[in-house]
Amino acid sequence: MIRILVFFRENKITASAGVTDLKPTNIKDIEYFHKVIDCQWACPAHTPVPEYIRLINEKRYDEAYMINWVSNVFPGILGRVCDRPCEPACRRGRVEDDAVAICRLKRVAADNRKENIETFFPPIPDRKNGKRIALIGGGPASLTVARDLLPLGYEVDLYDDQSTGGGFMRSQVPSFRLPERVLNEEVGYILDMGVTTHFNHYVSSMRDMLAKDYDAVFVGTGAPKGRDLPDLPGRKDGDASIHVGIDWLASVVFRHVESIGKKVLVLGGGNTAMDCCRTARRLGGEDVRIVVRSPKAEMKASPWEIEDAEREDIPIYENHVPVDFVVEQGKLVGMHFERVEARYDDQGKRTLVPTGEPLVFMECDEVLIAVGQLNAFPWIEEDVGIEFDEWGLPVLKEGTFQSSLEHVFFGGDAAFGPKNIITAVAHGHEAAISIDLFCRGESLAVRPLPKVHLEGQKMGVHDWLYHNQIDDEHRQAVPMMDKAKSLKDRLLEVELGFDQVVGHTETLRCLNCDVQTVFRFEECIECDACVDSCPERCINFVDNGTEEELRIRLLAPAKQLDQDLYVSDVLPTGRVMVKDENVCLHCGICAERCPTSAWEMQKYTYKIPLAGHK
Amino acid sequence: MTFFRPSFRHPDLPPNDAGYYLKDYEGGISTLCAGCGHDSTNAAIIQACFELSIPPHKIAKISGIGCSSKSPAYLLGKAHGFNSVHGRMPSIVTGANMANRDLLYLGISGDGDTASIGMGQFAHAVRRNLNMVYVMMNNGCYGLTKGQYSATADKGSVGKKGEPNMLESIDLCEIAIQLGAGFVGRSFSGDKRQLVPMLKAAMSHTGMAFIDVISPCVTFNNTPGSTKSYHWVREHSEATNTFDYVPFKQEITTDYEDGTTESVVLHDNSVIQLHKKDSSIHVTDRRQAVDALEEHKEKGLILTGVLYIDPDSEDTHRIINTSRQPLNTLGKKDLCPGNEALQSINESMR
Ligand SMILES: Cc1cc2nc3c(=O)[nH]c(=O)nc-3n(C[C@H](O)[C@H](O)[C@H](O)COP(=O)(O)OP(=O)(O)OC[C@H]3O[C@@H](n4cnc5c(N)ncnc54)[C@H](O)[C@@H]3O)c2cc1C
Ligand SMILES: Cc1ncc(C[n+]2csc(CCOP(=O)(O)OP(=O)(O)O)c2C)c(N)n1
Ligand code: SF4
Ligand code: SF4
Ligand code: SF4
Ligand SMILES: [Mg+2]
Repeated sequence: MIRILVFFRENKITASAGVTDLKPTNIKDIEYFHKVIDCQWACPAHTPVPEYIRLINEKRYDEAYMINWVSNVFPGILGRVCDRPCEPACRRGRVEDDAVAICRLKRVAADNRKENIETFFPPIPDRKNGKRIALIGGGPASLTVARDLLPLGYEVDLYDDQSTGGGFMRSQVPSFRLPERVLNEEVGYILDMGVTTHFNHYVSSMRDMLAKDYDAVFVGTGAPKGRDLPDLPGRKDGDASIHVGIDWLASVVFRHVESIGKKVLVLGGGNTAMDCCRTARRLGGEDVRIVVRSPKAEMKASPWEIEDAEREDIPIYENHVPVDFVVEQGKLVGMHFERVEARYDDQGKRTLVPTGEPLVFMECDEVLIAVGQLNAFPWIEEDVGIEFDEWGLPVLKEGTFQSSLEHVFFGGDAAFGPKNIITAVAHGHEAAISIDLFCRGESLAVRPLPKVHLEGQKMGVHDWLYHNQIDDEHRQAVPMMDKAKSLKDRLLEVELGFDQVVGHTETLRCLNCDVQTVFRFEECIECDACVDSCPERCINFVDNGTEEELRIRLLAPAKQLDQDLYVSDVLPTGRVMVKDENVCLHCGICAERCPTSAWEMQKYTYKIPLAGHK
Repeated sequence: MTFFRPSFRHPDLPPNDAGYYLKDYEGGISTLCAGCGHDSTNAAIIQACFELSIPPHKIAKISGIGCSSKSPAYLLGKAHGFNSVHGRMPSIVTGANMANRDLLYLGISGDGDTASIGMGQFAHAVRRNLNMVYVMMNNGCYGLTKGQYSATADKGSVGKKGEPNMLESIDLCEIAIQLGAGFVGRSFSGDKRQLVPMLKAAMSHTGMAFIDVISPCVTFNNTPGSTKSYHWVREHSEATNTFDYVPFKQEITTDYEDGTTESVVLHDNSVIQLHKKDSSIHVTDRRQAVDALEEHKEKGLILTGVLYIDPDSEDTHRIINTSRQPLNTLGKKDLCPGNEALQSINESMR
């Protein structure tokens, strides 16, 4: 049975401060079921993850690729180096130990797509709409804006100071994580859609740019400045052997640097530090160490990047604060560090307190400083009408990415500081919507809504359109290139990716969280069959109460507060149905065991709006 | 079709006192009709065993034939089990119980299995006060053979085929009380708040604990005119009492007005605390129990709750004075004590 629901967007209803009973959940709220799809909800570009995982399972790689391409623009790139906020969110990680390897499955789709996938891309109209857009910076944010606007007939000019497109994806992300071929392909798809490129072109004046009379200007220049430690004694004297991490990484990519000393210290605990040390290992570094101020557990780098560094014999020295660079006869010979200990106050605020032990000396030939990135807009004149806040970031209108100069938009790392590729893509989509609305003279506040619908999954009494049997398989390990071999060549990709067979096994771990349990209270006869058959004890028929109190009273305590309780209207016995969405397996057993189809399994499709959508 | 229940269980479900998880008391996935009351009754049994922390291998589940009697496949996968022939569950339990008195015997039957073909077996097991929990899932029909009226169907009740039942019904609770069962209760599959503690009390009782669980057949007897439908039972049942089952060792904390609370101490020293609607009726009084059932029937109401308890009842083993040690563990030395012992017995008889 397919029911038509008319969706609208509404803020989530929350029980008013502990006194009233929970109100029935409004499943017509466009975000309610979206939120149940943990991975898609967590993905900044809201990629329909379970949908593409099912397609990979059916070996429909092209379609799986296209679902990704539409939402996140760079499936092959992101299938390797995405920050993957979806994985910590994945329900499977709460049901058993490990999340679905979502990112690696994305790569399976990309690796197995057909050669001329471009035939599926939207056509670019020959007749242009007469609007000209300038994109400053050639990173993922700008490229996304280009991809979204070109099919609508816009003329797009892209300016970047590098010799080709990709931004930091090219100059920073090392080739052993992201091969150049993969980057070239997916950046090329967009440039080939008809971008007019101005490479090796540093934009040094916003005023000059504005004088070119573009209908809109998008600033996607990233956060291009690496933080230095200018005041540390010895910094100047040792300068020849001390490098700012992101500058050094770019020099490696563009082959200005081909080697490094044997003993290397990398300062910092973020992903940049991980890339620096692993690159150093490949350029001749033998004793490469990471030295961080904080405890290891608080390092900013993703756990898998830390793991990869450790796998390459790079030790991490935690709780070491740099004191000075030791330079002898004009040559850097090492650094001193002070040992500290983290202490936390009542608010959990951390201070690093010296332990009082003698300073630690570490010998080294070179140092890479990877202690953060900064935004810098030296080329935007103060009087052109673009306002910046106290942190040097542009003042933007919420949700529209429009600056105080109405036809200038910002996105990616340039908007709110350094984040990651997928966030830059998400910004790009929103900025493209804004630019399109702006160029058409429409209000930026009235934005297109996501396209959503529910689709029944019932085929027969006990037959479903999706694979509802829950697989017990654990997370599949990804094969890696032999370590000795990969350390010799910085261009060799370390992760080899899942092959089709392993990929297929991994797809079966997905719980299909987009197949929703939809409850129709009018049909329920309160027979308890769903309560009894649910393996996870998600479903309850109870007297209503406040959310706080209900969460304790359910058959299984509902401790995951960011997971909603689905509450029904009052049933004939005066009780309400309360389902804790937290660890629902989406197995459909409740719907199979319900005599009246009060429970239905319905697939919720949620497609983000793109520029040009109504 | 889902043939296997997924193996994952909610990570925050705690184990019981014996270290078992709810999952350890589950059985295979049900193949009964979706919404069958028997599934809920099974879930209640699982919950009761879990809450009482009975090691699953210390339970024997034995049934006859019928949808209800298929239950051993759907619960207590780690318990001993026997799915016997139609109406013969009581004989099998009797035999097993005689051989090993140390297990909890859970007899599962239906109204057809008990009140028709198994009526004689039922009557004699009750008379002997066999130490067992006798769960009779009562849907007023023969579910498995497509819904013919059973002997517990009320006169005038109308099932799916549309023709009313013209025969007088048998009230198995009344008969159980008359024949000497030490614990008799009636509940509803759709009311776990009552059913689970009732099952726990029954499991703590020594001797015949008979529970009539009204357990609707969604497919053949859940019609508006059926007195065994979800709707009818919800509208027409009245509880004699609400009660708490307080396990031995746990402090009794509830405090009710004088006269309305009656505490009954069971064989294992656990306590049933009844909070009665009518303080003059005593749950330990057999005559009053039967009267209460008849009075409610006259008013067209189904009386539920713990109907009768004889906390001092003696089970078959006590009555016939068997060995305290389970018979199946007696070795040759105990069973054939030798010529000397025989001579001394003979001597004592001269
Ligand atoms: C070492 C390192 C590793 C990283 N690894 C990952 C990773 O694995 N996964 C991930 O998701 N993210 C990673 N990131 C972050 C990611 O690269 C960025 O968040 C993302 O690229 C930001 O995209 P963007 O479009 O905003 O700008 P960028 O990609 O930074 O592109 C901006 C471009 O604009 C150019 N530019 C700047 N100013 C001007 C100007 N005035 N005129 C002309 N051109 C200009 C820059 O040279 C650059 O090419 C990493 C970052 C670093 C530093
Ligand atoms: C000796 C014998 N006679 C008749 C049958 C046919 N039969 C199977 S189940 C059943 C009645 C079951 O009714 P009930 O015990 O109420 O179980 P329900 O299916 O309603 O739960 C009958 C008559 C049989 N299996 N064996
Ligand atoms: S189990 Fe599948 S659908 Fe659910 S959150 Fe994980 S990847 Fe997404
Ligand atoms: S789909 Fe239904 S039965 Fe399965 S886990 Fe979710 S609520 Fe329980
Ligand atoms: S199985 Fe269906 S009818 Fe029965 S309680 Fe659940 S939702 Fe209601
Ligand atoms: Mg029956």
